[in-house]
Amino acid sequence: MQDLWEAFAAAGALVWSLDRDLVAIVTRSLTITLTALAVSALISLPLGAALALFRFPGRTVIVVALNAFMGLPPVVVGLFVYLLLSRAGPLGTLGLLFTPTAMVIAQVLLITPIVAALTQQTIHDLWQEYRDQLRSFGAGPGRAIPTLLWEGRFSLLTALLAGFGRASAEVGAVMIVGGNIDHVTRVMTTAIALETSRGNLALALGLGLILIALSTGIAGTAYVLTDMARRRGA
Amino acid sequence: MTIYARCLLRLLQGCGLLALALLLAAPGASAQERFITVASTTSTEHSGLLGHILPLFQAESGIAVRVVAVGTGQAIRLAERGDADVLLVHHTPSEERFVAEGYGVERFDVMYNDFVIVGPEDDSAGVRGYTDAAEALRCIAEAEAPFASRADDSGTHKREMELWQAAGVDARAASGRWYRETGSGMGSTLNTARGVGAYALADRGSWLGFASKSDLVILVEGDARLFNPYGVILVSPARHPHVKAADGQAFIDWLVSDAGQQAIADFRVEGEPLFFPNAKDAGS
Repeated sequence: MQDLWEAFAAAGALVWSLDRDLVAIVTRSLTITLTALAVSALISLPLGAALALFRFPGRTVIVVALNAFMGLPPVVVGLFVYLLLSRAGPLGTLGLLFTPTAMVIAQVLLITPIVAALTQQTIHDLWQEYRDQLRSFGAGPGRAIPTLLWEGRFSLLTALLAGFGRASAEVGAVMIVGGNIDHVTRVMTTAIALETSRGNLALALGLGLILIALSTGIAGTAYVLTDMARRRGA
Repeated sequence: MTIYARCLLRLLQGCGLLALALLLAAPGASAQERFITVASTTSTEHSGLLGHILPLFQAESGIAVRVVAVGTGQAIRLAERGDADVLLVHHTPSEERFVAEGYGVERFDVMYNDFVIVGPEDDSAGVRGYTDAAEALRCIAEAEAPFASRADDSGTHKREMELWQAAGVDARAASGRWYRETGSGMGSTLNTARGVGAYALADRGSWLGFASKSDLVILVEGDARLFNPYGVILVSPARHPHVKAADGQAFIDWLVSDAGQQAIADFRVEGEPLFFPNAKDAGS
């Protein structure tokens, strides 16, 4: 019990003092995860929409793969990206291993299946609902994509939040490809792992509480924003 | 191919390109800071040593040092693949093999400390005060007292295996019973040992830096076989042309110089020195 109280005290003290290292780590975590989310959104939103609206050869394979990859083990993704970016690997000459970019790549691979699969579901349902309406305006599936993405923006935001949550909570992959280098690739989750292994359990849990608070803050903000937008739309 | 499919293809292409552009603009991708990457062990990083000496080196040379702290075995494999410029680890036979196989240029002595056998205060195997580490392990095995092993091919794990061999005990045969292979770092293994009241072999640096010892105490120390030397090696630029040989060598030269050796000697935790410099060519 005492450890738990100490964790809350540690979290409070860290936030209260606005510890410079902590601020840097939080900023780095958010930058990396939001970049990964943006990259992933650019891939997974159109991909999900296309899978919902078109039949083409290989579609079933992609759909099954996406659903299966929603549960990709982060460590395996980390290893894959590591072997890809390692100097001895196919993309070694880029020198990206142990950089934030490598972490972004790993997170994109992790969250794209989730966001794409959820997008597909959302767009599929909307298309069922609006198909006749859109067709009467002469919009086929291709032209309908932007409309449907816009109509589904609230549900899609949830899909993106799911991706954000997975990326920001993940430690196995970013530890391997980032190397947990101080001031360069150390993020919230790897810092928590580090403090745990140094035996600073209260501090580790304190950092965890801050991470949870941040995720809650982002989810809350998203909720408030969509709520406001919905009301304006209504 | 229908017109839709073509539209779709163009859309996916556009988004893919945009995603790639975003990725290349990602944080840190364009950082032009002058740095080297050092593959090292958790003991040097977690104890706080590197946090103490690296800013001194950077102030002097302008070279930032990025440390990837993993077990010795993993650090050596990282360096073999060319993913580090300098290797700073603690298992001399592996280091010598690394150089002999052409992955490294030359090994330099840097510093040493020692390993200790830690265990629960009540010491059910009765090894407290032993100065023969192998004898102590034999007692632990005979008592079938829980023992937490790193089992991660780290320098500490390699040393532990050597000690079991010296003790004439096949500990791994008891894996899952009293012999617990955690397959994790020093800190995690100490956390496990604390949790189940097990003995463990630890390097003194990690031990002193470990904050939640609870009822774990040092029981065995002072055996010559517990000597723990650290070596530093430049990854061979002949094998990996992208290695930052000049900056890496500058770091090694500094580590073994008077300034570097003094910085190592000055590092203390709670007044205790954790590492003792022993570079041969340091001025006397």
